[in-house]
Amino acid sequence: MRALEPWVEAPLSEFLAESAARLALLMTSAGQVVAQHGFTRALDVMSAAALGAGIMASTFELAKVMGTRPMGSVVHQGSAVGVYLASFDTPRGRWLGLVVFGRETSLGLVQLFFATLASDLARAAPAEEPPRQVLAENFEAELNNSLRALFGR
Amino acid sequence: MKLADTLAGLTRVPGVRGALIVSRDDGLVVADTLMEDINGAAVAALAASLAGRMRGVTAALGQPEPVMMYLAGSGGTLLAAPSANGLLVVAVAAPEVNTGELRLLLLDAAARAA
Repeated sequence: MRALEPWVEAPLSEFLAESAARLALLMTSAGQVVAQHGFTRALDVMSAAALGAGIMASTFELAKVMGTRPMGSVVHQGSAVGVYLASFDTPRGRWLGLVVFGRETSLGLVQLFFATLASDLARAAPAEEPPRQVLAENFEAELNNSLRALFGR
Repeated sequence: MKLADTLAGLTRVPGVRGALIVSRDDGLVVADTLMEDINGAAVAALAASLAGRMRGVTAALGQPEPVMMYLAGSGGTLLAAPSANGLLVVAVAAPEVNTGELRLLLLDAAARAA
């Protein structure tokens, strides 16, 4: 498990142990990855984050069209694996979680422990840092630092 | 018979605090009749997980699937009976509940839910 923010590690580790999820990805609603577990390639993480954020953005818009409250989670249940995608509020803004789970666990368990993860993260989050200006010349270095933190390379 | 009627038969037993029908594969609530302080989603997920593990244990021992699970704790009792169609009927009760009566009703409810 790798995390950009150290305070995310303990709640995420507990979630992984309790839920027996195979893959997990925490990201901001814009798709910026905060932590990951189980992914081995940076490309997979970035693709999953972008697609997950896109799916949640679509469901938010769909809810607007239908005149209902935003949907908190989306589940894709396959025969071998399921994907649970959910949004939750933290002091750092709205985050998304993408969890891939197999038949060794269940959607009910993933949902149950994800709710615990969301409240643990909301409690553990430090006060918001003032936004930093990302300059074009720093972008490459910032990106590489993030990838190193997420993949240990 | 509706699932709600099946559950009502269980919750009429003195000491029963709630009853649920749970999808065994998903661990999700299909129907429930619960007191307010009981987290039905948590009971469903954990009971289904436990039932799945018990199924694994008995299969490893070369035995058929259990027809009943009975957990007795200091603060309460949980009984669960799998039905033939992938459902699990669960009852949450106080420790002093008449377990014999509840067990018979739960087996009956599991047969009706199938």
